[in-house]
Amino acid sequence: MGADGTHRLQVHAVEQVVVRLAGDSGDGMQLAGDRLMVSSARYGNAFATLPDFPAEIRAPAGTLAGVSAFQIQLADHPVRTPGDEADVLVAMNPAALRSQLRYLKPGATLIVDSDAFDERNLHKAGYADNPLADGELVGFSVLKVPMTSLTLAAVKETGARPREAERAKNFFALGLLSWLYGRPAAVTLEWIAERFAKVPQVAVVNRLAFQAGLAFGETAELVEATATVAPAPLPPGTYTTISGNTAMAWGLVAASELSGRPLFLGSYPITPASDLLHELSRLKRFGVRTFQAEDEIAGVGAALGAAFGGALGVTTTSGPGLDLKAETIGLAVSLELPLVVVDVQRAGPSTGMPTKPEQGDLLAALFGRHGEAPVPVLAPRGAAECFTMAIEAARLALTFRTPVIILSDGYLANSSEPWRLPDVADLAPIPVELASEANATAPDGRAVFHPYQRDAGTLARPWALPGTRGLEHRIGGLEKADETGDISYDGANHERMVHLRAAKVAGIAAAIPHAVVDDQEGARLLVVGWGSTAGAIAAAVEGLRRRGEHLAHLQLAHLNPFPANLGDVLRRYDRVVVAELNMGQLVSQLRATYLVDARLISKVQGVPFRVGELTEALLGELGSLAQSTGVPERVSTAGEVVA
Amino acid sequence: MSVLDGPPLEVPVTTRKDWTSDQEVRWCPGCGDYSILAAVQMLLPELGVPRENVVFVSGIGCAARFPYYMETYGIHSIHGRAPAIATGLAVSRPDLDVWVVTGDGDGLSIGGNHLLHALRRNVNLTILLFNNQIYGLTKGQFSPTSEAGKVTKSSPFGSLDQPFNPVSLALGAEATFVARTHDMDRKHLMATLRRAHEHRGAAFVEVYQNCNVFNDGAFDGILSRDRRADNLIPLVDGEPVRFGAESEWGVVLTDGEARIAPVAEVGEEALVVHREGREDPSVAFALSRLAAGPTTPTPIGVFRAVERPDYASLVSDQIAAAQNRQGRGDLAGLLRSGQTWEVAERR
Repeated sequence: MGADGTHRLQVHAVEQVVVRLAGDSGDGMQLAGDRLMVSSARYGNAFATLPDFPAEIRAPAGTLAGVSAFQIQLADHPVRTPGDEADVLVAMNPAALRSQLRYLKPGATLIVDSDAFDERNLHKAGYADNPLADGELVGFSVLKVPMTSLTLAAVKETGARPREAERAKNFFALGLLSWLYGRPAAVTLEWIAERFAKVPQVAVVNRLAFQAGLAFGETAELVEATATVAPAPLPPGTYTTISGNTAMAWGLVAASELSGRPLFLGSYPITPASDLLHELSRLKRFGVRTFQAEDEIAGVGAALGAAFGGALGVTTTSGPGLDLKAETIGLAVSLELPLVVVDVQRAGPSTGMPTKPEQGDLLAALFGRHGEAPVPVLAPRGAAECFTMAIEAARLALTFRTPVIILSDGYLANSSEPWRLPDVADLAPIPVELASEANATAPDGRAVFHPYQRDAGTLARPWALPGTRGLEHRIGGLEKADETGDISYDGANHERMVHLRAAKVAGIAAAIPHAVVDDQEGARLLVVGWGSTAGAIAAAVEGLRRRGEHLAHLQLAHLNPFPANLGDVLRRYDRVVVAELNMGQLVSQLRATYLVDARLISKVQGVPFRVGELTEALLGELGSLAQSTGVPERVSTAGEVVA
Repeated sequence: MSVLDGPPLEVPVTTRKDWTSDQEVRWCPGCGDYSILAAVQMLLPELGVPRENVVFVSGIGCAARFPYYMETYGIHSIHGRAPAIATGLAVSRPDLDVWVVTGDGDGLSIGGNHLLHALRRNVNLTILLFNNQIYGLTKGQFSPTSEAGKVTKSSPFGSLDQPFNPVSLALGAEATFVARTHDMDRKHLMATLRRAHEHRGAAFVEVYQNCNVFNDGAFDGILSRDRRADNLIPLVDGEPVRFGAESEWGVVLTDGEARIAPVAEVGEEALVVHREGREDPSVAFALSRLAAGPTTPTPIGVFRAVERPDYASLVSDQIAAAQNRQGRGDLAGLLRSGQTWEVAERR
């Protein structure tokens, strides 16, 4: 209250805020989070999200196992992570509160549905006493809001059944958050009208609940201040919100359009890759053929069969499925046919933690086949980059006639970020040359077709499609004689073929970009990451630089072959530290390949790196580096080594 | 498909030689595979299919060498996976004529799952399962069709496994075309393969094939010349099921079970009249259970041939329908299909 008795709400401008929503799996927290993201995006904020849901579809209501959470960081400047700890938690029941407290900043604001804190729910969450009453939440700013009863009251006029009405409480929570952060209500209202156009009753219920949340914020005087996060200065253009899985699916469609090769997806449902199958199954208007196979092996087998027929063959999976596909990927290495394998990594081994990300499949992708079976491996560094990496994978597969593995992960797959849409006209075409005539002469003088007569530049073999008269040929998993492709058990020929296949994949280094380091004058330490850890590492590096530290950052997207300049880059620094969500798979490769004494920052908790923990670990490395060598003898500047 | 566009080329007249590749055939001398290869190479010139449109896909095993010997397109793939690989090819290229050659180990053991699903989906494939009731290429272990009690290197005290009946299995897997033939009768073999090839959808043909090295004479009880009349039950569409030198034996259905009876005893009108086109596969299944193995009278010929849209056509129809309804896909439109917003140039 102001001195004159009027209510003066203060509005603080903040640079960023991290909001976390948590409730039962069935409470619609992912949906509410999604809508908060979209209205914030439309408002102009930069953002990054992290859905965090259980593997169980609907664990028993009210239990810790059933809690589904969604975190979003909104900012007035580009952000690269969903934020380490939340400023605000919306908790729809005691289990959500109890399981999520550890993700909060000290002093964070808790908005709880006080209606849900009855004895039964408290018991299910393992609370002996009501934490809202017993002082357990000291240090947090707690807003007790009877969201369920307020929602029921707000929608009473519609005559909706109580169960139906109660389901709208996520929209109440969204309304309250929208008020708290000044989000544009119109964006959400329009969406509700559009999304539920066919079920007007639901549309009305959700609208009323949302408006009640907004109104409650306005009138309840719960807080003394709301916050605004100003729009971020993003480059001009048309933006959309994109998740890694959607970007990947669209990238595969784009690759098909750019190459003129029809897209064939053979896939078997598996978390967290199924959305790739779902999205591509919708896109039949692009001529996409999706095949939900009887198992993982059939998925990749069908994709390879389609590739023999001239399609861009793709299979999508997660770790356990990659294991099952190994033999067929080896066959693709031997047949030298294009194939794209998308592995959306999850915590392993075995079934592991299906909804939790990990970078544990790198060595499996590089080496998880018997025999000498090299395969190019790519790792997108952000949700939007899944689009370009899908195109890149197809380009390499089609150009070099090889299977290519893309390593995404559960975090990239489901997290969203703003994406400035590319101009489709700027996407480079993928030229594909098909064999149309004989390419060799038989001893008797006849013109014949040799399926393993390679292109001198790429070492790719010709792709002769069935239906092409005169180019009939047989290929298989047995070792082939160089050039003719006939079966051969000759040891010298086998060695030649092993070397040719290896040289072909190694030669891809000439067709991919050099590693580009985000360098800084005076940096002696290089932190290297790959794939989805890009945002967290970059944020840690930026934070350390603001504190006066000097360090450089390289985030690899090409993991086989490595960029041609990688060895030179690594050797420029006194210390190389690799941060990865596994036990050191990339670091082992860098050490083995380049003989650099690279060190490891490892995490295997089924969650992405937090910026804070990376910062701490890097500070430790910087400190020990300063101690071990005193004054730097060598100073690296961008791209140059100064003696 | 750039090189494949344009008017269809005329199908040249060919002979067996045109379908024979230059590769040396490396099956054991006396193997039943030779006669099946010959039958296929003799049949193809009669089918009027352009050679460049024919693809043979195989897995692993003796039978799986088949594609190397055909002057067509071909893939010798990995163990058990030929139906899956062929499915991808047939679905993405409905213009092709795709054959799968497999064996009892490849098709019913390691690859059993893929075979079942190719059949139930009715993928347009001609599937030949060479059944010799033994593992040949790995030198003589029992297979999923070996009789119980079979003594082999891996079952020195006798196999404990109940064997599959491939025809029963295919019928149970919703196959639209199921037939059985054998390697000792080229005429029957070619006629059966011709029927299988004509069928639109998945056509499954079990071919009894002698492995003269590891399981010689497995089918002698029914296939040796002097025993065929009394032990092979020819299935002829629209005809009563009967056999024997004088057609003195017939098949009757009692309580849903097929049984062999002397015609003189039961009367001709009591015999089952074979109808390939019965929607319900129960009678065909009952016929497939007449013999527990190739030691007692066994039906050969077409058990079932019914019409059902083939899988690739359904896939193509769905794409055409989507394109009719939504128009052809437009990439720029796709990228804008979510929630979008404009960020203006800063001033």
